[in-house]
Amino acid sequence: MDLWNYLEYGAWGLAALLALHMVVDWLRTDSTYSEDVLTSSREGEIEAIAEEHKAREARHG
Amino acid sequence: MADFDITSQKMDGMGPHGTKVGLLRVLGPAHVWALGVGIVLVGEYMGWNFSVGKGGAYAALIACWFAGILYSCVAMIDSEVTSTVASAGGQYTQAKHIIGPLMAFNVGLYLVFAYTMLEAANAITAGYLISVVASMTGYAAELDQRPFIILVIMFLAWLNYRGVLATLTFNLVITAVAFSAIIILFLSTSGVLGGGIMEHAALFEGHELPYGWIGVLAAMHFGLWYYLGIEGTTQAAEEVRSPARALPFGTLAGIMTLLIAATLTWYVCSGILPWEYLGDGVDGAVAPLFDAARLSGSNALVWLLGFGTLFATLASANGCINDASRAWFAMGRDKYLPGWFGAVHPRYRTPYRAIVFLVPIALIFALGAPLDQVITFSILSGLLGYTFMPLNIILFRRKWPLDTIKRGYEHPFHPIPAITLLTLCGVTFFAVFLGYGTQLVAMIGFYIVVSLWFHFWRYRFVNRGAQFTMPWPKPRGY
Repeated sequence: MDLWNYLEYGAWGLAALLALHMVVDWLRTDSTYSEDVLTSSREGEIEAIAEEHKAREARHG
Repeated sequence: MADFDITSQKMDGMGPHGTKVGLLRVLGPAHVWALGVGIVLVGEYMGWNFSVGKGGAYAALIACWFAGILYSCVAMIDSEVTSTVASAGGQYTQAKHIIGPLMAFNVGLYLVFAYTMLEAANAITAGYLISVVASMTGYAAELDQRPFIILVIMFLAWLNYRGVLATLTFNLVITAVAFSAIIILFLSTSGVLGGGIMEHAALFEGHELPYGWIGVLAAMHFGLWYYLGIEGTTQAAEEVRSPARALPFGTLAGIMTLLIAATLTWYVCSGILPWEYLGDGVDGAVAPLFDAARLSGSNALVWLLGFGTLFATLASANGCINDASRAWFAMGRDKYLPGWFGAVHPRYRTPYRAIVFLVPIALIFALGAPLDQVITFSILSGLLGYTFMPLNIILFRRKWPLDTIKRGYEHPFHPIPAITLLTLCGVTFFAVFLGYGTQLVAMIGFYIVVSLWFHFWRYRFVNRGAQFTMPWPKPRGY
């Protein structure tokens, strides 16, 4: 067999390992934490600018 | 359970409104630059040269600069809006806040399709490049590209799954190498360092505009390739340490980098390769910068541009996975899609379900669809997104004038960039229609169908109250 044949098999194997790692970790994570925690993310905000908006609102009543 | 307190309000990434685990704020302006330029730079290495085939070398240059104006408008408008709407989802979130749910749903889909298709196209290209390397090293049989295509997608998805800092630091390194390769090629072949091999006058003589001005118009379609994807910087909005500073800085530095890279690419390639060969991206110059390096006679340049081509392809696919998953995640978080997709990994702090879900979709397109169709669908989705941007900024300025919300960046000469962008989008739609009219109509039909589905079915599940969390004043006139 040529080096490139080995590389083909290597690529198949490595891709399968990476996929397996993601799927195992995904299932483990889903079974460890509650759905409420995992999906608790909400939109972020820029703290400094948010404070400035509040200050402006306060000034304008 | 893990050995850390994910409910701590002091931990980085713990956001407002009851967020217990959120995306991690770890990125700086250089990562934003790497995300934007990384997605795009592959367009310099291959693809842009179809514009030469459409209208000749001068037409490609005109398209390069007009598309440059289009994307400079995109970068300025995006910088202003996203430094204010600093949230994952980018233009989707902007549309949600500024225009409305139906526009947001469509823009979200444009983003996911544009980036997932581009990711698939990059993986196909990487497989092709590896097969070229195999044949250059004397491998006589036909290399099976599939394992390499799958490995590219799996490795980059795995990297994205494990954390955004490593993902975009990787992008920063390989993008910097790919950009430096273009600069070094220019310096080495133009006569700045050593003898020059440029023959612009001889190559252009008698072929200034072979198809006249209609050729220039047709070239606009492929002029987009020089810059397609720079708007992806906005997807990093929820993960940068200082959105108001890093997003405009990274995005504007990115478009400046691309304007330089695009012009140098055109200059080098059109000065070395005949336009008939350069303009044929299928049977001629598949990777024109690499071809230019081969004609330079320098082995070092051949290797450098070879790695540059591969790195640019990987950087683009990597950035696309990052961006498509953020858009999908943001839509899930607001229940525009099933809320299940709105999950964040408690340890890696990435939208892990969105990342994993999009892997098989990218694989299906990478293994089962022709490259030109995949790329066309990506470009058309991107173009629809650019058409939304001028409407978005005009409404943003009207509803929240400059004195009501502080922006991280205020773009100059409003509304000239918006009008310019809208006009150039119209011209490009016409150019696309000339070459890919059927696909354009089919794709618009697709978005109309999914819009109807969203309006009549999906919208009832949207988290209407919780989706707006920005502490903005009421819009003017409401």
